[in-house]
Amino acid sequence: MTWKRKDLLAIQPLEAAEITHVIDTAGSMREIGARDIKKVPTLRGKTVVNLFYEPSTRTRTSFEIAGKWLSADVINFTASSSSVGKGESMLDTARNIEAMRPDVVVVRHQSSGAADLLARTLRCGIVNAGDGAHEHPTQALQDLLTIREKKGHLEGLHVAIVGDIAHSRVARSNIHGMRKLGMTVTVAGPPTLIPHGVQELGVKVSHRLDDAIRDVDVIMMLRLQQERMTAQLIPSLREYSRYWGLTLDRLASGARPDVLIMHPGPVNRGVELSPEVADGPYSVILDQVQNGVAVRMAVLFLLAGSKAAQGAAAA
Amino acid sequence: MPREGHFFLIKAQVLDEAALERALTRIAHEIVEKSGGTEGLAFVGLHTRGVTLARRLAQRIAGIDGVTVPVGTLDITLYRDDLGLKADQPVVRSTDIPFAVKGTTIVLVDDVLFTGRTIRAALDALMDHGRPRMIQLAVLIDRGHRELPIRPDYVGKNLPTSRRERVAVLLREHDGEDRVVIEQPEEVSAP
Amino acid sequence: MSAPLLIRHGRVVDPANGIDAPLDVLVRDGAVARVGKSLKPPEGAETVDATGLVVCPGLIDIHVHLREPGFEYKETVRTGTRAAAAGGFTAVCCMANTDPVNDNRAVTDYILARARSEGAVRVYPIGAVTRGLEGKALAELAELAEAGCVAFSDDGKPVMNAELYRRAMEYTLPFGVPVISHAEDADLARGGSMHEGVVSTELGLRGVPSAAEDVMVARDVLLAELTGAHVHIAHVSTAGAVRLIREGKARGLRVTAEVTPHHLVLTEDAVRQYDPNTKMNPPLRTRRDVDAVIEALADGTIDCIATDHAPHATSEKEGEYDHSAFGIVGLETAVSLVLDRLVRPGLVDLCTAVARMSADPARLLNLPGGSLAAGAPADITLLDLERELTVTPARFLSRSRNTPFGGFRLRGAPVMTIVGGEVRWRAA
Repeated sequence: MTWKRKDLLAIQPLEAAEITHVIDTAGSMREIGARDIKKVPTLRGKTVVNLFYEPSTRTRTSFEIAGKWLSADVINFTASSSSVGKGESMLDTARNIEAMRPDVVVVRHQSSGAADLLARTLRCGIVNAGDGAHEHPTQALQDLLTIREKKGHLEGLHVAIVGDIAHSRVARSNIHGMRKLGMTVTVAGPPTLIPHGVQELGVKVSHRLDDAIRDVDVIMMLRLQQERMTAQLIPSLREYSRYWGLTLDRLASGARPDVLIMHPGPVNRGVELSPEVADGPYSVILDQVQNGVAVRMAVLFLLAGSKAAQGAAAA
Repeated sequence: MPREGHFFLIKAQVLDEAALERALTRIAHEIVEKSGGTEGLAFVGLHTRGVTLARRLAQRIAGIDGVTVPVGTLDITLYRDDLGLKADQPVVRSTDIPFAVKGTTIVLVDDVLFTGRTIRAALDALMDHGRPRMIQLAVLIDRGHRELPIRPDYVGKNLPTSRRERVAVLLREHDGEDRVVIEQPEEVSAP
Repeated sequence: MSAPLLIRHGRVVDPANGIDAPLDVLVRDGAVARVGKSLKPPEGAETVDATGLVVCPGLIDIHVHLREPGFEYKETVRTGTRAAAAGGFTAVCCMANTDPVNDNRAVTDYILARARSEGAVRVYPIGAVTRGLEGKALAELAELAEAGCVAFSDDGKPVMNAELYRRAMEYTLPFGVPVISHAEDADLARGGSMHEGVVSTELGLRGVPSAAEDVMVARDVLLAELTGAHVHIAHVSTAGAVRLIREGKARGLRVTAEVTPHHLVLTEDAVRQYDPNTKMNPPLRTRRDVDAVIEALADGTIDCIATDHAPHATSEKEGEYDHSAFGIVGLETAVSLVLDRLVRPGLVDLCTAVARMSADPARLLNLPGGSLAAGAPADITLLDLERELTVTPARFLSRSRNTPFGGFRLRGAPVMTIVGGEVRWRAA
C-alpha cells in the first residue's frame, strides 16, 4: 500500500486500505513525541503553510508541532474570511502563497468545498483541516487511531455520535471512515440538528440519548455552538444540556462499563459533557489530542514524501 | 526466489543453515570479548531482518553469559536521504528503544551492509534518542560498494559482488529457511 | 427595409398554425408574406437555402437578465442581445433587478433606447412590482405598463408580503399585463446554496428545501384565485410546484409557468465537485423533480421554456460555493440542450419544443411573434437538428461565461436568426 494522492481533502473518497495505511503510519510515528529530542529530519527543507481562515488554536498548533517535529519549515498564515467585496479573495491569497512554493498547504475555512477549490487551483499538496460542515479528515483519522489503540481493533464496533450532526464536519468524516472500516454508527440528537437524508450514509438515527448510548463501544459527543439557538434550531442551552448532555448518571443507567467517551474539543463543560465525564475514567479526549499530532505527522510525511506531490510541486 | 516483483534468479548460495548459525555464534562471542562482558550493552536491530538477527544474537549471549541484553528495533524510513525519489514510498514501521540510550554501548545489527546509507540514517536516528557511549556495527554480510565512510565492527562473511547482483538473507522467521544467496537480474543470465 | 427574403427547401414547424411540412417562407417588408410550396423568388430577393433545416417562428425568451443599467461588467443590452441572437432567439424579456431597479419609466425608457440603438434582437422590459424590489411599496405600475413593460416581477426576490402582492395583482388587472412570480419563501430558503437533500448533507452545504418553492407557489396560485389575475410562475423546479400548478389550471385559474433548460437536464448531483457554476436559484433538484418538470412541459402544465439567463463575472463564480453568486447564463446553450436532451431522446416532440419556445411565450405575454402566419413579423429561427457542437464558454458572445455546460457535446443547434426580415446572426 502506497499513498498516491496529491491531497487529503476528505475521508469519503478514500478506500479502507488507504485509511488503514495512514493510521498505521501514525501509530509508528507516535513514539517521536515520547523522545527527549522530538525531531526527525524527514521533511527537512520542506515548507508547510498553515492557511487558517477560521481561528483555531488547537488544530493549527497540532499541525505546527507535527511539521516541526518532522523538521519542516512551518508558516502560519491567518487570513480573514473572504466575504464578497471585502479584502483579498481566497483564490488570490492562495495564488500568492503558491508563488512562494510551499510543499504542502494545510487549509481550514468556513466554506464547505474550500479545500477542493484550493486543490484544483494549487499545484502543491493540500490537507483539509476543516471546510465548513463538509469534512475534517485528520480529526477522523486521529479518532480512529484512538479507538483502535484502546479497543485493539475497529471492525464490528458500534459508535454513537451525539449532538449537532447537521453542522459537523467531524461527524461526516467519522461516519465515512467508520463505515468503510466495518463499524456501526448511530447518530443522535434533536431532529433539528440531524441533517436530511443522513440515513443514506449508512447510519442509524436516534432521537433519545439514553437509547443511543446503550451498549455502544464508543460515545462521541459533539460541541454545541451558540449560533444554533439564534438559528431557531433549539430553544435554549439549558434544555439542550438537560436532554442531551452526558452525565455520569446517564452513563450509569445503560452504557457499557468499558465505553470510551470522545470529543473533538473544545468541550463545553456542563453542556454536552459534565465535568466529571469530561475528566473521568471513560474519557479518552487527551489521547485524541496526542494521536492528533501523530496523525498529522503521518499525513504531512505521506503527502510531502510522495512522488505524486513531489511531481506536482516541481511542475 | 523473486522478491518485490523483480525477476532475479539465484546465482549461488553463499551460506547454508549451519554456516549461518556458526557465523552468528562467532559474532556473539566477539561482541562479548570486545566489550569485556555484557555490562552496558544493548542491541538495536534495523527492520526487518536486522531485528531478527539482533534477537538471535541476544539469545546466544544469554546462552554464553546468562545475561539478557536488551534488544531495540529501529525504523530508519524517516531518516532516509532518498524520500520522494522512489516510486513506492517505504512503509514506516515501529521504532522501539526499551532502554536508555545515554551511556550505553549499542550494537547496531543489520543483515547486509552495502552502500552504507542505511547505517548513516540509523546513526542519525539513534543520536536523536540520546547520546550513546559507543555505537558498533554487526552485519551478517558485507558485500562491498561503500558510498560513505562506514565500516562494520563484526562481520559474518565478506562477499565480493557486482553492483547488479542482490544478496538475499533468508531467515526461518520470515522466509521459512535459513540461508544466504546471491541473485542476479534475469536479463544478465540470458544466453 | 431590406430586400425580400425567400427561405426555401426547409421543414417549416409552426405550431401556432398547426404546420409541420416542407414549405418555403417568403418575407417582405419585415413581415411574413407567404408560406407555401415551391415558391418562386421575386425580383431582387435574397434566398436562404434551408435544406435539411427546421424553419420556425423566432424563439422568445421571456426571462433574461440583461444587467443594464448598473451591472454592465456582467452584461449589457448589446452583448446580451447578441448572445440571444447566437442562441436562436429573436426576442427577449429583461428582468427589473438592474441598478437602478426598473421601477419607474425613466429606466424602462433607457432600456428601450439601448435596445433600439444596440439591440440585436427585440427587447421587452419587465417592470418591478415593488419599489427598489424592497417588497414594501408598489412601484408605479400603470406608468411602467404605459412605458412598454410586458410583465411585472420582483424576480431575484419573492414578494413576501401577501397583502402587498394581492394589491399588485388587483391593480394591474386592467392592464392585461401579468405578474411573474419568483416563488421562494425567503425564510425557508435563507442561507441555502443548493437543494436540501442527500447531496447537501454529504457536501456539508446548507440546503434549500423544495418546500421553500412549493409554499410560495401554493400562495401565489391562491392569490391568483382571489384576484382573478394572471400569475406566471418563474423557473419551476419541483414536483410539488408542478402538482400545484396543474391543480390550479384544472380549477380554471389563470396560472401559467415556465421552466429553464438546466432544470430539465441537471440534478443536484452536478454540485458534487463544488463548481459554483452549478449554483443557481432555484437550485438543481432531484431526479424525481426533473422527471416531473419534463412531463409537465410535455403536457402543457408548464407553458414555456425560459432560460433565466443570469450573467456573472468570473470572480463571482470561482470562489467558495456558499459565497458565490446565484445564476448561470443560458441563451447560447438553451436550444442545443432542448434538442439534444429532450427532443432527441423523445421526451418532448419537436413541435411541442418549438411551441414552448415561440408560440407559447408570445401568447403568455401578448407579444408579437411566435407564428409564421401571413402578416406576422418576420422573426424566424433556423435550426439544424444534426449539427454537433461542443459548448465552449470562451467563445460565447455574452460578456459572461458562467455555465455548467462547458465541454458538453450536443447535437442540434440554431444556425440562423432573422429579426424583422434581417439576418441578425448566422452560424459560422
